[in-house]
Amino acid sequence: MKRRVVEGLEVIATDEPPTEPARLVDDFTPTLIDVGEHHLCPGCGEPVAMRSVLEVIEELDVVKRTIGVFGIGCYTAFSNNLDIEVLQALHGRAPSLATGVKRAKPDTVVLTIQGDGDMVNEGLQEVIHAAARGERITCIMLNNGVFGETGGHLTATTVLGQRTKNTLDGRDAHEHGHPIRLSNLLAELDGAAFVARGAVNNAGNVAKTKRMITRAFETQLAGAGFSFVEILTMCPTGWFIETQEAPDYLADKLARVHSVGVLKAP
Amino acid sequence: MSTPTLLEGSEAIADAMIAAGCRFFAGYPMTPFTEVLEQMARKLPEVGGVCMNAESELEAVGMAWGAAATGTPAATGSTGQGLSLMQESLAEITLARLPLVVLNMARAQGDYFQATRGGGHGDYRHIVLAPVDVREAVDLTQRAFHLASTWRNPVLVFGDYYLAHTARSVSVTPLDFGPEPDTSWALDGSTGGSGQAKLVSPLGSYKQRDHVGYDLADHYASCAVATAEMTAGVEPLAECGFVDDAEVVVVAFGTPAAYVRAAVRELRAEGARVGFVRPITLYPFPSDAVAAAAEGARAVVVYENNQGQMIDDVRLAVLGRAPVEFIGGLSLDSSGFGIAPDLDVSVMRSRIEGVLAS
Repeated sequence: MKRRVVEGLEVIATDEPPTEPARLVDDFTPTLIDVGEHHLCPGCGEPVAMRSVLEVIEELDVVKRTIGVFGIGCYTAFSNNLDIEVLQALHGRAPSLATGVKRAKPDTVVLTIQGDGDMVNEGLQEVIHAAARGERITCIMLNNGVFGETGGHLTATTVLGQRTKNTLDGRDAHEHGHPIRLSNLLAELDGAAFVARGAVNNAGNVAKTKRMITRAFETQLAGAGFSFVEILTMCPTGWFIETQEAPDYLADKLARVHSVGVLKAP
Repeated sequence: MSTPTLLEGSEAIADAMIAAGCRFFAGYPMTPFTEVLEQMARKLPEVGGVCMNAESELEAVGMAWGAAATGTPAATGSTGQGLSLMQESLAEITLARLPLVVLNMARAQGDYFQATRGGGHGDYRHIVLAPVDVREAVDLTQRAFHLASTWRNPVLVFGDYYLAHTARSVSVTPLDFGPEPDTSWALDGSTGGSGQAKLVSPLGSYKQRDHVGYDLADHYASCAVATAEMTAGVEPLAECGFVDDAEVVVVAFGTPAAYVRAAVRELRAEGARVGFVRPITLYPFPSDAVAAAAEGARAVVVYENNQGQMIDDVRLAVLGRAPVEFIGGLSLDSSGFGIAPDLDVSVMRSRIEGVLAS
């Protein structure tokens, strides 16, 4: 890129044709994603979370021994778009499949990608038993407090007051019960070695979350037990708010109930 | 393992699974399946395999699904009740084109529809094998692994309380089915980063680099082709006796068929023109054998310990060649396990005699 100095500042020259092509979507694509375009909504937090996971797999040099087990949700859009081996599971059942993979092939690095609807609603007992068994797998939960794929419905992690398509006046404790803080629940189990909750609503949290994912995989590689990272992700579509408001909404609503931080480490 | 040994069915089936190469088993206790799980928990680790005491049938079938996806010969099972819980996964495992052996140590025979029609969603079929006794179970259990890996499809072995708990002198010898089928589809992580990383999914195997995304219509169509090839390619098996000149043909499967067979032999010895057909594969159903037996018969009758389920397949096979009647009935066992006073040669005999006299 041709640059020149104007009034002491280095700027990119715009008065002549560029010497190299403009950067495209693919230029920013993690190498382990096959196709850089996706059909998730603008402002969705899941691609950032997915990118972080893939970067960690590459940085830890476990690309050739990793098997990702996917649940069902918006993030399933990535299950056939990765250059790591993938086993697609049913809604809620990924921890059992991951258990079967890891027990049959102990040298593999096994992770699950699930949402809050998948993991906390449909398959809560799966993840609890996998954690209690100290299964040497890493479960990643993308928590946006809503069923994004069906269009914004109440899940077990929806916070009180949150408006969803089936709680139009906001989640009410008396009527709809209380949200489950899954990380806190799992941290109580002896088989769980590493439990953390991150978020992708700002650059600092993305960096912290990536460190959590790294520590979770390191826990698995050390054979220390079950490892778990919950990642709070934005869902402006399912939250019925403007895209640019979603990062702050995450901080003000979700993260006040589902607190970000490392809950348990070896 | 080749010396004949007195083995309870559960243990013989466990030995047969291990002889067939099974190295992963997951289950949840339920009578009369429990003892198979006990045997696998004891024996699989001795050969380097893994047996998981799953926290529910949902998790048992999920674990077996994961192991199967790595190309590890895997099995799970339960009774019909437990298999009800597994149906969602069994449907998806079939659509993901994975081999798996599933045992139904059933309570009586009310699970015929569950086994042959499937309780899950979508268009799929499972191969279903119904051994009559422990000795046949040893062969069919091994055949189940061969069929599962050949057709990349779940195979169900339909047993019952008697099969699980009857002791019989058997020798469990590994059967040779020829070269091992291709397992290049199996996951082990090694294709990661190659640009061709493998995908095992009930939604299809298209990657976005080749296609806009999952194409379910295309995937289901390719599964339908595979199912049709499997259905045409699996040899339907049946044991037939005295059918050539039979006036009355009795059709029965599994343990009750042993009693029917004994009753028919007694009546034959006394000169009655009665024969039997015992379907060994319930899917594909041995329609040709049933149709051939029905040719020239005055009646085809069906004995099952249920309200009449296999009789549908018998009617489809007979196609009007002879009237088809039901002489079975619900198990009389108050425990619900299907250990029954109605499983009695004299009971079968009198019902067949009633048809002969009519």
